[in-house]
Amino acid sequence: MDFPTLLQVLDSTVRLATPLLLACLAGLFSERAGIFDIGLEGKMLMAAFFSAAVAAMTGSVWLGLLAGIAGSMALSGIHGLASITFRGNQLISGVAINFLAAGLTVLIAQHWFSQGGRTPSLIGAGRFTGITLPFAESLSTIPILGPIYSELISGHSILVYVAFACVPLTWWVLYRTRFGLRLRAVGEAPEAVDTAGVSVIGLRYAAVAICGLLCGLAGAYLATGLQAGFVKDMTAGRGYIALAALIFAKWRPWYALWACLLFGLLQAVALRYQNIDLGGVVIPVQVMDALPYILTVIILAGFVGKAIPPRAGGEPYVKER
Amino acid sequence: MDKMPAWADAVLVPLISLLLAAILSALVILAIGESPAEALSLMIEGALMRSTGWGYTLYYTTNFIFTGLAVSVAFHARLFNIGGEGQATLGGLGVALVVLYLPWPHWTLALVGASLGAAAFGALWAVIPAYLQAKRGSHIVITTIMFNFIAAALLNYVLVNLLKPAGAMDPASPLFPPATHLPTFQDMFAPEGSTLFRGALANITFFLALIASVAVWLLIWRTRLGYEIRALGHSESAARYAGISPVRIIIVTMLISGGLSGLMAVNTTMGESERLVMNATEGAGFIGIAVALMGRNHPVGVLLAAILFGFLYQGGAELALWTGIPRELIVVIQALVILFTGALDNMVRTPLEKLFLAMRKGKA
Repeated sequence: MDFPTLLQVLDSTVRLATPLLLACLAGLFSERAGIFDIGLEGKMLMAAFFSAAVAAMTGSVWLGLLAGIAGSMALSGIHGLASITFRGNQLISGVAINFLAAGLTVLIAQHWFSQGGRTPSLIGAGRFTGITLPFAESLSTIPILGPIYSELISGHSILVYVAFACVPLTWWVLYRTRFGLRLRAVGEAPEAVDTAGVSVIGLRYAAVAICGLLCGLAGAYLATGLQAGFVKDMTAGRGYIALAALIFAKWRPWYALWACLLFGLLQAVALRYQNIDLGGVVIPVQVMDALPYILTVIILAGFVGKAIPPRAGGEPYVKER
Repeated sequence: MDKMPAWADAVLVPLISLLLAAILSALVILAIGESPAEALSLMIEGALMRSTGWGYTLYYTTNFIFTGLAVSVAFHARLFNIGGEGQATLGGLGVALVVLYLPWPHWTLALVGASLGAAAFGALWAVIPAYLQAKRGSHIVITTIMFNFIAAALLNYVLVNLLKPAGAMDPASPLFPPATHLPTFQDMFAPEGSTLFRGALANITFFLALIASVAVWLLIWRTRLGYEIRALGHSESAARYAGISPVRIIIVTMLISGGLSGLMAVNTTMGESERLVMNATEGAGFIGIAVALMGRNHPVGVLLAAILFGFLYQGGAELALWTGIPRELIVVIQALVILFTGALDNMVRTPLEKLFLAMRKGKA
């Protein structure tokens, strides 16, 4: 593989890792607060649809982004209502949310646009376009580093940079603020947080809302950045890959970045090459498709470093009387 | 003292949840500019008023009985098997291998062989997550989700690289031999020249599903193993003190659950398409979750819920044919049923419990 091809694959890795990273961090906030969320997929899908639909109707991608976030956060509200207020089963709620999004997006898309469950293609200001970072042009002539800067680092849409900036931000919020300390505590020992006089319900709702916000960004990027418009089921299991990445990262922000880049790389390679010939041994493309899931199962099984979820994860909190 | 009578718990709570889901579904139909009453009458007309409609409805019902039973057996041990989709996918592979590579003189023998193959492959796909849950504590929900995707990739590989006949374009196995053709409802019930059940997909597998329902009822409530499964589901520590091995029960429960999911493939693969295709499960593995929740994990409830979802599926196809309402309406209804009967159960239950308590106090 020559250098320009490598750059192209890595560039596509960055693009494909972005929605995974945003959704993964979304899940991180929720699960660190003790709310399991297998509804990342549905929230992304909802956000993808509403961002594309509003961007198509108004011509403004920023209004689209807001609508996408609102759609995703509405589903977060349902998840919070079911799993925090009514102490329902968080996994079942997540499953319901995924189906709700899969059905509603097509239903509304058909009603609004009558194009077989898709939105019109986004053009011009309806999409997030690449941002050329300063000096990208002039530095591109420098060998090795120049192309890396101008092609790999520069030229992505704003949401890509937001996603990568979210990693240190998440780390800072979780480990360096009072809110983050309480959020992690509420996922490990909610009774202790309650005893300290801090609202468990409030904290968990806050975590679920942040999760909705980040999933909104992820979905909006899918429909308005990575692609130009919404098509049915366009998340294509990315929410589950993000979930896998979250476990792979053992619920930690920096690890999440590497996990998402790894899974993004697998997607990029699978997209570019069908079957990979490694000197006689052919790796079929299906192995690339399945690898994130296989790796996650291996990590979960604890054969290579054990992934231990937050202790109170999945348990509704019942206040002592 | 129970908070409310058993009939309220078994019938009233799911009925109210279902009613809430139905009201919201009607609002969704209104919101997309169609009439809920008209939609319902079209669905009933298409799914229940003609024998062919029933033939389709019962075909879907067969799938949902198997997956619903699979989810509910696991629920009894407090395991959430979300991997019915993957287990059914593997079940399909089991059916195809058995039917294609063994010579079958008659469909009755082929049905037995294919069922064993389907159940074995489905169980195999469930046993790895079960082992990881029992021995390594890996959350079975996550591992079964992952196994759904791995199964899809595996099937894709097998179909494209191994089973696809040379020169064929679409990823599918060769057609099954004619001797393994399962009798449809038309073959079984329609007299010569009659149009009863004409072209409908329902086949003899429906009765296999009914037998499976009875077997699951016997297993859960009439055998020692069933008792152990329920004991584990109610309290793991109590089960452990009673000398029940959680590891054994988790693995056995998931073997049964996976086997039931796998059996679904007999209906779709051998009964309908008569060859192995991609995505033959069509999400039935997930509908099993809704069916099990609505049926309160009891085979009778599962059967009724499966018929309801069979009706919704066939009715939804009719709607998509005659109106501007896409098939995805059914997915929304399914989501609302899961939401209200599963996740928002307490929303209905808590006020009802209070009501019954107040009534009882009034009497005393």
